[in-house]
Amino acid sequence: MFDTLTEQLGKVFDRLRKRGALSEADVGEALREVRVALLEADVALPVVKSFIDTVRAKAVGAEVLRSVTPAQMVIKVVHDQLIAMLGGTSVEFEIAAAPPAPLLLVGLQGSGKTTTAAKIAIRLRDRAKQRALLASLDTRRPAAQEQLRVLGEQAGVATLPIVAGQMPVEIARRAMAAARLQGFDVVILDTAGRLHVDEALMAEAAAVRDAVNPVETLLVADALTGQDAVNLAQRFSAHIGLTGVVLTRIDGDARGGAALSIRAVAGCPIKLIGTGEKLDALEGFHPDRIASRILGMGDVVSLVERAQETIAAEDAERLEAKLLKGQFDLADLGEQLRQMRRMGGMQGLMALLPGVGKVKRQLGAAGIDDRMLARQVAMIQSMTPMERRNARLIGGSRKRRIAAGSGTSVQEVNRLLKQYKQMSEMVRKVGKLGKQGLLRAGLGQMPSFPGYPGRPR
Amino acid sequence: MSLFARLKAGLARTSSKLSAGIAGILTRRKLDAATLAELEELLVAADFGVNAAHTVTARLGARRLDKELSDDELRSELALEIGTLLGPVARPLEPVRGARPFVILVVGVNGTGKTTTIGKLAHLFGRSGYSVVLAAADTFRAAAIDQLKIWGERANAPVIAGKPGADAAGLAFTALEVAQAAGADILLVDTAGRLHNKTELMAGLEKMLRVLRKRDAAAPHAVLLVLDATTGQNALTQVEVFRNVCQVTGLIMTKLDGTARGGVLVAVAQRFGLPVHAIGVGEGLEDLQPFDAAAFARALVGLDQAPRSSSA
Repeated sequence: MFDTLTEQLGKVFDRLRKRGALSEADVGEALREVRVALLEADVALPVVKSFIDTVRAKAVGAEVLRSVTPAQMVIKVVHDQLIAMLGGTSVEFEIAAAPPAPLLLVGLQGSGKTTTAAKIAIRLRDRAKQRALLASLDTRRPAAQEQLRVLGEQAGVATLPIVAGQMPVEIARRAMAAARLQGFDVVILDTAGRLHVDEALMAEAAAVRDAVNPVETLLVADALTGQDAVNLAQRFSAHIGLTGVVLTRIDGDARGGAALSIRAVAGCPIKLIGTGEKLDALEGFHPDRIASRILGMGDVVSLVERAQETIAAEDAERLEAKLLKGQFDLADLGEQLRQMRRMGGMQGLMALLPGVGKVKRQLGAAGIDDRMLARQVAMIQSMTPMERRNARLIGGSRKRRIAAGSGTSVQEVNRLLKQYKQMSEMVRKVGKLGKQGLLRAGLGQMPSFPGYPGRPR
Repeated sequence: MSLFARLKAGLARTSSKLSAGIAGILTRRKLDAATLAELEELLVAADFGVNAAHTVTARLGARRLDKELSDDELRSELALEIGTLLGPVARPLEPVRGARPFVILVVGVNGTGKTTTIGKLAHLFGRSGYSVVLAAADTFRAAAIDQLKIWGERANAPVIAGKPGADAAGLAFTALEVAQAAGADILLVDTAGRLHNKTELMAGLEKMLRVLRKRDAAAPHAVLLVLDATTGQNALTQVEVFRNVCQVTGLIMTKLDGTARGGVLVAVAQRFGLPVHAIGVGEGLEDLQPFDAAAFARALVGLDQAPRSSSA
């Protein structure tokens, strides 16, 4: 997500940077382009207007235009303003109320409420050691309750047994009673999708709210939403009262305007974002990082966090010890490649790195993508343990066997081995330098991902 | 309520925001440049996108700039321009009797309403005398199969289903075999929702096409992309990618019973010219209406106000 908006803004800023001095007219023209870029990105019109006005007021000030690098200053103003629009500081999602704490999920049809319910339950379990009970109040859509039951099963989270014919308020009460008896910490109530103009259904959601008095009422909204995001947030906020927003399908390629508008309008923070179809794909929302990502500055903090979450500390330590001794075999390379895939693959990682928009397109054009990662892992898996420890063993006949075993070609095996050789030489050098050297050399070599040509050959 | 009233009721709510906006802008009883600029912004705020909003207002300006205009005349003129843009794409979905069965693949991103739309289509086709078979090829989403089965019962159409997590292309193939053997007229294939920027998932859709064509080289005879009316400019990218991957032949827009104005449909029509077959205006079996460009345009600008209640 955000890619195209990033690209559009990047073009505007590039032109701005080329000029030395900036006149008010220059800024005005750039801001007009920013305005169109934001509108095309589905940021709501009133939000765009106030955004542009604020940026203009700050950017045409004397200090900015007379500074040494006026373009940089303007970009900074836009950046700061984006963060402000997205809600300033990030809000940690946690449930601290006395158990069982009810949590209500509301939203339009198809915004991803049911999937989000299961994701939240998993997040509470894994991060806060809280046990959640899932209950579906969706008595309207066919098989909706069944969907939550199946998801709960997949996630290993308890769901309230379905009783046919019960109404939403009754189900909510039953869920609370069951949670009290069985000692659950949180009760996640998944409601039927409803249009915000449907008075009857809004009243039903309000009745559920009154029955259980939720500690969190979250609006689940789709990142693909257009200008209507504003009405949506306002109506739900006015009728039911919201404590936060969960933005789903942020892994799509929508330009994220909904994210920019909802915070500005609903007045409640975006607390979580859904980043994929897998049940663990739910992350906290960090305005500063998203703003950086929108402006093409990368999101290194998220990258490091994701690395910490996916790579077990012991594994990292073991690898570090080996690297320090100057050892790095094909098994280690395979493990690294697998970790990259777990962290979201090439594409997922690239999105978080600064200034890679262009590189990403070049990689795509060169046919370098996540499939290549998979092929390289397959090649390493087709080697014997002995070959992995000692790559020198691999001669012509073994290469043919490995290629056949992994469904690749001898050329590809050669390429993998060549890259491995380069990496292991680097590791040997690092080993001689000791721990200090690891950092220095490691940082210097960062752009050259394992298995990927970092520099043009 | 009659079909037409139901449509109008749904659309009336859809249009309220744009309509309310128009009410305030004719301050000088004349269509001047400032009014046009304001109108353009209103259209952008109704998801038309910058380009389509500009096209519509430029055309309107070319004919009526600096002319005296009442509020209602402005609405009619605007509706006329929008209707002209949408007119060419309003084409009903007509199954060819010769193809047995006429295979319709239904695709789209997650949560747009594919399964619900299939239920309504099955009902409509059934009522027109076609024998319909449904294929539950969304084997990914939890309980998607059960959901389609319930729609199958309501629409009185048999559902071919496998196990959750089974190969979707394989299931589509089996369903086609069964439908052929039964001599069915129409086979509606439900697919798992997928974001169009997920290469692997889109490749899965390509595979389904290849596999279906092994059984019938002409299948699928129609590929329907279901668009959610609350979607913004991303709908353009959705249409582009799905069209490239699986040769979309037509569109259905759902959830038009909201304040979601569906203005993006104008942008989509202008850019792609793909037929728009129908619109979804509710959750009932009857809530799928043929797409009527003029009626859609008039309701969009707040002409033809109708009672608020719809199928509920």
